[in-house]
Amino acid sequence: MKIAVCIKRVPDMESRFKIAASGTAIDETGLKYDISDFDAYAVEVALQINEKAGAGETTVICLGPDAVQETIRKALSMGAEKGVQLRADAVPADSLAIARALAAELKDGGYELILFGKHALDTMTGGAGTMAAELLGLPCLTAASRLEVTGARATARRELEGAAELLEFPLPAVVTIDEGIARPRYPSLKGIMAAKKKPLDVKPAQLGSVRVSVEKMELPAERPPGRIVGTGPDAVPELVRLLQTEAKVL
Amino acid sequence: MDDALYFSEQHLAVREMVREFARDEVAPVAARLDADAKFPWANVKRMGELGLLGVPWPEELGGAGLDLVSYMIVIEELAKVDASHGLTVSAHTTLGTSPIVHFGSDEQKRRFVPFLASGRVMGGFGLTEPDAGSDAGGTRTTAVRRGDRYVLNGSKRFITHGSVGEIFVVTAVTAPGQGTSGISSFILTKPTGDPDGAKAVGIGHEPSLPAMRGFRAGKKEDKLGWRASDTAELIMEDVEVPAENRLGEEGRGFKNFMRTLDAGRIGIGALSLGIAEGAFDEALKYTAVRKQFGQPIARFQGVHFQLSDMATEIEAGRHLVFHAAWLAQNGKPFGREAAMAKLFCSELAMRTTIKSLQLHGGYGYTKDYPIERMMRDAKICEIGEGTSEIQRIVIARSLLKDLLD
Ligand SMILES: Cc1cc2nc3c(=O)[nH]c(=O)nc-3n(C[C@H](O)[C@H](O)[C@H](O)COP(=O)(O)OP(=O)(O)OC[C@H]3O[C@@H](n4cnc5c(N)ncnc54)[C@H](O)[C@@H]3O)c2cc1C
Ligand SMILES: Cc1cc2nc3c(=O)[nH]c(=O)nc-3n(C[C@H](O)[C@H](O)[C@H](O)COP(=O)(O)OP(=O)(O)OC[C@H]3O[C@@H](n4cnc5c(N)ncnc54)[C@H](O)[C@@H]3O)c2cc1C
Repeated sequence: MKIAVCIKRVPDMESRFKIAASGTAIDETGLKYDISDFDAYAVEVALQINEKAGAGETTVICLGPDAVQETIRKALSMGAEKGVQLRADAVPADSLAIARALAAELKDGGYELILFGKHALDTMTGGAGTMAAELLGLPCLTAASRLEVTGARATARRELEGAAELLEFPLPAVVTIDEGIARPRYPSLKGIMAAKKKPLDVKPAQLGSVRVSVEKMELPAERPPGRIVGTGPDAVPELVRLLQTEAKVL
Repeated sequence: MDDALYFSEQHLAVREMVREFARDEVAPVAARLDADAKFPWANVKRMGELGLLGVPWPEELGGAGLDLVSYMIVIEELAKVDASHGLTVSAHTTLGTSPIVHFGSDEQKRRFVPFLASGRVMGGFGLTEPDAGSDAGGTRTTAVRRGDRYVLNGSKRFITHGSVGEIFVVTAVTAPGQGTSGISSFILTKPTGDPDGAKAVGIGHEPSLPAMRGFRAGKKEDKLGWRASDTAELIMEDVEVPAENRLGEEGRGFKNFMRTLDAGRIGIGALSLGIAEGAFDEALKYTAVRKQFGQPIARFQGVHFQLSDMATEIEAGRHLVFHAAWLAQNGKPFGREAAMAKLFCSELAMRTTIKSLQLHGGYGYTKDYPIERMMRDAKICEIGEGTSEIQRIVIARSLLKDLLD
């Protein structure tokens, strides 16, 4: 089937972040970037659905500056057939603007399934997928931990606190993907070679008016050093007291 | 070294993939495989699927169709995390497969290379003998022509993949008394010596390859390092080898394996470089967090000098390895540069792992950190595929060629 996967390029979350001179963004120098984890799971899900069906086409769409082409190529080297870059100087903080640009691209693509990660690892808004679904007028299901397609319908599973629910819905639909659903494959050397020759369209991102912006960004306060309350069973009452009164976790 | 000097976007994509693979699949199992001296079948299967067991071979032969620089990147990135994995790729590709790709007939290539390039079975190269190490011309194994076959007798020592592998190129004397021009090479096949390990992952054995009678693996070596790499003796007792399995013309064996070793040296250079880089990364990480005298030891000038020396030498090593690979890739003479890269980087791996272990203090001496394994893995780089002394002889010979001949 025709599947679109919207992917985001995010910095390696293990990096030591610094705030840029502007005070409203992280300093990008020296950072390594990759596909956001949940989006990589979504790419894998799309590839597996089409592999199982023995036919289909997966298109990956990424909004951002030209550097995102590397991220798109990675998804192509995993096996996606087509890439689209929605060119913007930067990714705005306004999820609705992002959703608008993505929806404009998705609208006439004839996609039967549109996948997103459940949220981007860096900004964690989780808004783009749901808002795009609304703009497209499609059913939307968030944080799927399993997804199966049969004909024009699909079923998905969502993990809840202490339970899980199974949902059924018609296609086309928008699904955002949770972890645990599939382990993204490594691109094979053949895949890397093939990716060079796959189409990668570049179009301007139709963001419309951007109404949300970052005012200020700051790093979390340094964690206070740990404290040793005592050792052995004698220390337990004091530890429990502190966990109740100071840490307030009990 | 700026990436743009030798690497295209595609090289960087290859590097990224192998880095991720090494970090997620190799690093977590390296210590265990080392302790148990276990061949990494599961990862070998994965590497085959990713195309890492036939990087430079044409796609028609089942390879990935990439260049030599990509191949060096693969070895280097694996060795940063685990030298045994890097060597498995290098020995299989350069020693086991390249002689058939370079010197084989079309029929031999079609028959054997796809099994090797895809990782279906492991391959190896039998040159070293009990009495022929550095002096590979001293080969004692004999091959006597009898009708449409040769009968081989002798034994090979320290053969990488000797036990696990199925396809081997071995050298043998076909014309005694004629020195190195009396040596030929042959393709021999046997079933893997680890059928259970192979069966568990579904690769490693190919039933259509003949089990040649009298050809078998002998003792498996218990080694200081490269413990997850398989090293074993190969024994040949009246092995009947069809004449069609002779690789190239009679008497070309020595010249051909000299060429194989020339290219192989860049690979051992890349492997050694990877070990040094891995060891350096460990030193950098450790010294930044280890506190003594009230501060991270990386604040002490004595530590700065160590780290700076390591980083500078590694930078030099990278230039040597990738320059040699670039020369070979572009069809230029590369023998001297390959020997220099191998010599410098193998000694660099030893120096760097020793320094890094030292910076880890007592902790580096334990199995809680990977540095002691890296140090053990480094040593053999100064010995395998030509000792450091032999590299110096090769380099000197090329320097003095016109003056002394
Ligand atoms: C783990 C491992 C894997 C291996 N894999 C393979 C393989 O796949 N295929 C294969 O064919 N072989 C393989 N070998 C063999 C390896 O190539 C030889 O061990 C190496 O070439 C050295 O030979 P040797 O061990 O007989 O040492 P020797 O040749 O006996 O050397 C002993 C010492 O004498 C020195 N020496 C020798 N001659 C001279 C000289 N003229 N001038 C100065 N010094 C000299 C050497 O440098 C060395 O220090 C492997 C070895 C090991 C340990
Ligand atoms: C097998 C073994 C047996 C042992 N047995 C005993 C024992 O019986 N009793 C006992 O008490 N201890 C014992 N030890 C501990 C041993 O004495 C310490 O490991 C050693 O003193 C180094 O301390 P460390 O490991 O904490 O390294 P660190 O002090 O953390 O040193 C790490 C690195 O930093 C360097 N460094 C530290 N400070 C500076 C500086 N100011 N300037 C420059 N470089 C610096 C060190 O030289 C080293 O290279 C043993 C250790 C081992 C491994």
